[in-house]
Amino acid sequence: MAIEPETISVRDGMFKPRVYRAGKGEPLLWLHGAGGMAQGFTPDLEALAERYEVIAPVHPGWDDTPGLEHLDDVHDMVVYYQDFCDAIGLTSFYLAGHSLGGMFAAELAAARPDMVRKLVLVAPVGLWMDETPVTDMFILLPQELPQYLVADPSNLPPALQELFRPPADADEMAERMYRQIANFAATGKFIWPIPDKGLKKRIHRIKAPTLILWGDGDRLVPPAYGELFHRLIPNSQLAVIPGAGHLLPLEKTEEYVREVTAFLG
Amino acid sequence: MKFHWFHLMPWPYLPDDFQQKHRSVWVDVDYNLFDPEKGHHVYNEYLDELEYAEKCGFDGICCNEHHSNAYGLMPSPNLIAAALARRTERAALVVLGNSIALYNPPIRVAEEFAMLDIISGGRLVAGFPVGTSMDTNFAYGVTPATLRERYYEAHDLILQCWTRKDTFHFNGKYTQVRYVNPWPRPLQQPHPPIWIPGGGSLETWDWTTEKNYVYCYLSYFGYIRGKTVMDSFWRRVEELGGDDNPFRAGFLQLVCVADSDAEAERLYAEHVDYFYNRCLHVYTGFADAPGYRTLKTVRAGIRAQVGAAASALRQNLTWKDFVEQGYVVAGSPDSVAQQLEEVIKGLRVGQLMCLMQIGNMPKEKVLYNTKLFAEKVMPKLRNIWSGYEDHWFIKPLPPEKRAKVGDIREPVIA
Repeated sequence: MAIEPETISVRDGMFKPRVYRAGKGEPLLWLHGAGGMAQGFTPDLEALAERYEVIAPVHPGWDDTPGLEHLDDVHDMVVYYQDFCDAIGLTSFYLAGHSLGGMFAAELAAARPDMVRKLVLVAPVGLWMDETPVTDMFILLPQELPQYLVADPSNLPPALQELFRPPADADEMAERMYRQIANFAATGKFIWPIPDKGLKKRIHRIKAPTLILWGDGDRLVPPAYGELFHRLIPNSQLAVIPGAGHLLPLEKTEEYVREVTAFLG
Repeated sequence: MKFHWFHLMPWPYLPDDFQQKHRSVWVDVDYNLFDPEKGHHVYNEYLDELEYAEKCGFDGICCNEHHSNAYGLMPSPNLIAAALARRTERAALVVLGNSIALYNPPIRVAEEFAMLDIISGGRLVAGFPVGTSMDTNFAYGVTPATLRERYYEAHDLILQCWTRKDTFHFNGKYTQVRYVNPWPRPLQQPHPPIWIPGGGSLETWDWTTEKNYVYCYLSYFGYIRGKTVMDSFWRRVEELGGDDNPFRAGFLQLVCVADSDAEAERLYAEHVDYFYNRCLHVYTGFADAPGYRTLKTVRAGIRAQVGAAASALRQNLTWKDFVEQGYVVAGSPDSVAQQLEEVIKGLRVGQLMCLMQIGNMPKEKVLYNTKLFAEKVMPKLRNIWSGYEDHWFIKPLPPEKRAKVGDIREPVIA
């Protein structure tokens, strides 16, 4: 069943994000990564919605969501998400984020340990090791993306086949290119040119029990970062999923959902 | 009609297999290809060429700013302009320009440009480019999505620096200074002419027209391809109520003059090939960072001049193609004059930037090209826009008010 997003108002209408919401149970706020939510409520979210009330907003600036001009950096984003939670009456919740969304989630959990009951970080960015640089996603060519985003481009589940499907015509190609440029431009506002914006000074404030998930075949953010996050977050555990790349929720959905649900309960 | 002599200062020793062995001339170009001893000669010859262009009668001599770039060895164009300020007397020093979004505080640009203007006796043309994505986002680390906002803010601060006489505060988003009071401010009043080099983005046309600045389309594609952009520019100027004075527009054109068309090919073909196939070999991933162009411009389908798509257009082009397709205006003086008349009138430009040192062209050919152009081409085109006044040119001090440059060459104390 396709889940349609609703548009809500945050900070008296300054922001009007679209929010996908489905499922019943404990609320689970999901923060998407650099690619946005154009694929909608993907199978990983559908699976989680069988156990939790999944709330998946589109960040301002992504997928033609207005409001990015009011956000200059990760601090602004963290304040925005506090306003967002106020707007929908969310006071205590599970929080999960992928990649750039993982960085936002970690920052929010550090800023508001009182709100976040449990935290799931899926291949987050936000830390930096000179000897193991994160791949520069901004210079990747469209045809190079699959090899950096998944562990095995030759064996893709349907959701990823759709994501990497060659465009049907010139219009679709232009539309996709536009969307990617827009989403990556928004991403750049928070992590250009190096995704190290001070999380290391705040990460110790994360109090929630934390699950860090990584694919052992992640060529965008090397798995060594999983160990670094694990070392720096006091009450954390690290699970590495074999045969998964950076888009592990879509590449190894079953294993991924099993880890998340085992952790959240 | 104004003629300006433009130098990019390319590194002329890129190897024959550069395109095959290296992914980019810019950003991560291999520094092992550089040699500072050769560089010493390269810089000094290039300065000689700029000085020579003045002697030949060009109205302006132009330099520009690039970073981590093997075809543009001028990370600081102001140093080149400073060297030229003392060795030239008449020509405009056209600095095209300083990438003002890169400097914090941008007061630095206001100060250095003011110094150049004063030292040169009021001969500075101040160029304010946004800067390419390679320069600003990749080599200098500026966030693409904030670049233009920084640019406009820096521009506002610099203009206040130049036009206000008081000590003021500036509370910007990117620059906060409690006491702004640069010493010196420029000689030309209210400020030096401001020219905006651009690659063809919609916002730049609006802004340039609104501010009444010169718009310079610095294209390497030549006038046939440039026509689409310049036509759109003029349409936009008209829509915004600007006049059609051609001096508000500039265009860069590669120019190669020789005694005959055949001689032009013999002399210059290898250098044109070097320019297009080595100098413009830019990795696509660096061509256009996401957020560098506004989404409005992306929607309008305006693409970068470099990168795979642009290179594909030039793949396997020969000298004949480059000339026929207008990338290069080349041939005998008559033939060049005729083509340039088409460029000048077709694009409606009053400021022509001639790129006459191309790729690895050696000094003797550069001087020959320059002299022949000045003697045999320029006079034929001089009066094209004689009915218009150039409101965007330098207003130097008259000769009787100018300082005499000292000529102390021998040690005073042995």
